[in-house]
Amino acid sequence: MNPILKDAGISALVALGLFGPMIGLKTEASATGLFLVPRPLALAAAVAAVFFGRLVLLTWRGRRPGRYRANRGLSEALKRSGRFLTPVLLAFAVVLPFISGRYGIDLGILVLTYVMLGWGLNIVVGLAGLLDLGYVAFYAVGAYSFALLSQTFGLGFWTCLPLAGLFAATWGVMLGFPVLRLRGDYLAIVTLAFGEIIRIVLLNATSITGGPNGIAGIPRPTLFGLQFSAAGGPDTFSGFFGLEYSPTQRVAFLYYVILGLALLTNWVTLRLRRVALGRAWEALREDEIACRSLGINVTVTKLTAFAIGAAFGGFAGAFFATRNAFISPESFTFIESAIVLAIVVLGGLGSQLGTALAAIVMIGGFEVFRDLAEYRMLLFGTALVLIMILRPRGLVSGRTPSVALGRRREISAELVAEGRG
Amino acid sequence: MAYALQQLINGVTLGMIYGLIAVGYTMVYGIIGMINFAHGDVFMIGAFLSLISLTLLSVLGLSSVPLALALTLVFAAGIAALYGWTIERVAYRPLRGSFRLAPLISAIGMSIVLQNFAQVSQGARVKPIAPLIPGGIQLMNVEGFAVQLSWMQIVIVVTTLAVLGVFTYLVSATPLGRSMRACEQDQKMAGLLGIDTDKTISLTFVIGAALAAVAGLMFLLYYGVIDFFIGFVAGVKAFTAAVLGGIGSLPGAVLGGLAIGLIETFWSAYFSVQYKDVAAFSILVIVLIFLPTGLLGRTDVEKV
Repeated sequence: MNPILKDAGISALVALGLFGPMIGLKTEASATGLFLVPRPLALAAAVAAVFFGRLVLLTWRGRRPGRYRANRGLSEALKRSGRFLTPVLLAFAVVLPFISGRYGIDLGILVLTYVMLGWGLNIVVGLAGLLDLGYVAFYAVGAYSFALLSQTFGLGFWTCLPLAGLFAATWGVMLGFPVLRLRGDYLAIVTLAFGEIIRIVLLNATSITGGPNGIAGIPRPTLFGLQFSAAGGPDTFSGFFGLEYSPTQRVAFLYYVILGLALLTNWVTLRLRRVALGRAWEALREDEIACRSLGINVTVTKLTAFAIGAAFGGFAGAFFATRNAFISPESFTFIESAIVLAIVVLGGLGSQLGTALAAIVMIGGFEVFRDLAEYRMLLFGTALVLIMILRPRGLVSGRTPSVALGRRREISAELVAEGRG
Repeated sequence: MAYALQQLINGVTLGMIYGLIAVGYTMVYGIIGMINFAHGDVFMIGAFLSLISLTLLSVLGLSSVPLALALTLVFAAGIAALYGWTIERVAYRPLRGSFRLAPLISAIGMSIVLQNFAQVSQGARVKPIAPLIPGGIQLMNVEGFAVQLSWMQIVIVVTTLAVLGVFTYLVSATPLGRSMRACEQDQKMAGLLGIDTDKTISLTFVIGAALAAVAGLMFLLYYGVIDFFIGFVAGVKAFTAAVLGGIGSLPGAVLGGLAIGLIETFWSAYFSVQYKDVAAFSILVIVLIFLPTGLLGRTDVEKV
């Protein structure tokens, strides 16, 4: 028997075992208890999909010698085009509100929020090599600090933005202290637990945070005191500049705010990489013991990575709150942390351009598959697994060293440690 | 006093369930050094398989509860084992030897897949089931507060202990257990000595998934209601239990599970129900700070 056919047959049998009960029999609740609805067609379709999928995969792979050959083509192309891809992307980002409608700008805001989160987390995971699975906690702290400050003291967005970053950074240090001694997966699970603790507290401290109802009526940002409203007085944007009011103005303004914040994150990161602190982060990622023996203060290095990464998460959180004008603990679940981490890893740890591209691909992909509703997350999970199998080092798998003696040469990401801390 | 005794009984029952899940985490971590993030969701799938099996058996007209439970146990454990095998084969094996973050991300992806697979195939609403084994023994009655030990709790504890007994025998006295322990110590060396490491790792996942499915059945019996999201929180708590007991140590996982179950129950009973998860997670943080290797873990000496 044809070995490919046999393999596909076995796969189909396994699929029958896996899907038989779960897809073939659906439990439905009724007044008298549960009853079962058989779905033979759906089951047959799923098993057939596995059979033919496996058949196609094996035939296709059989034709190409050397399976799983590292796909260097795309990486090389990205690397070469990187020099002009960056300005093109930037120019596109700047002119987007002029060439796109409301929908495009909204999508742009969403993508840029994740770009910013990705760049913020990149400091912790990509540069310092500290695996953080609870990054969403700082996002939540930023969002809630702004919401509460504005509700309690009536402060505006621009006053609260640095405060939100500061609060988030404080929480970053508070998380950082106990986990200083932890490494690797232990660190991952503790940060995850930390993120969950923050979410549960937000959910249950009803008197302060409104619990599951969240906080509504968060003020919008102003442009040097000019509001974006239809009132049309001299203290509104449209009135001051004598323009006709349109809601797109506010959305476009929000877009430029997040673009500015994201670029700030990028600029700070690139600058920090060149000073002693940033070099210490990267050294820490490569080898913690060597760092200690060379007299680098590991405590300070780790804590600053947590604090600065958290601060950017806090900024993004404050922006999220002002953009939506409403926040609730539901926006800060573990899945958000997973998405941001996936963006960082898919981009190629430590690569700024890669992170931006990954955010565009990932969030854009979410948007494209919007109509699939509940199947969307199923696709997202599958994509994560596939990406890790096909491109474990991410889209941009080459690194330019932050400092170099003589000419700066690109090195393969395989040579960059991912950190045990 | 009576109240505390009642909580002790409840806590031990819950702890047994966590312990069963924790064993799967600790085994996989011990052998390939990764957090199998999807393990909590295999537990959830196991609970759903049990639900489907129990409903199917009652539709078919099987009235003997012990027989139904036994059949369900075998069925759920078997299919869940197939899930465990497939997950390892599809999502983790191609990544062996890849860099460390890759399997973790892949596992997170797999966890999302399983969760949404259950949601899509079985619906997002909670699934209630009628209590199968009603009644129990009243242990004592102090000033109107009756301490109840339900048959269900007895069944859960006894079954868990029996499963763990079989499992302990498997790991300590069979060739499979020996290969597993060998792979855990030094995978390359075990391979050189003729142990099929791929097969051993596969079987580790299979056993872990089967144990998680047993935990799923117990969870379904104990709470009587499940949904597609139970895997995440239970998974994190079970991992906490594994860490608490010292990751890589099998008795430690059960001990840690019991500790987490008791902490959670007593916290809910005496402080607040809303913050029971916070209590469990805080314990994790505190243990890791003061006792990074857990209760029964080995100290990991780092060499340069």
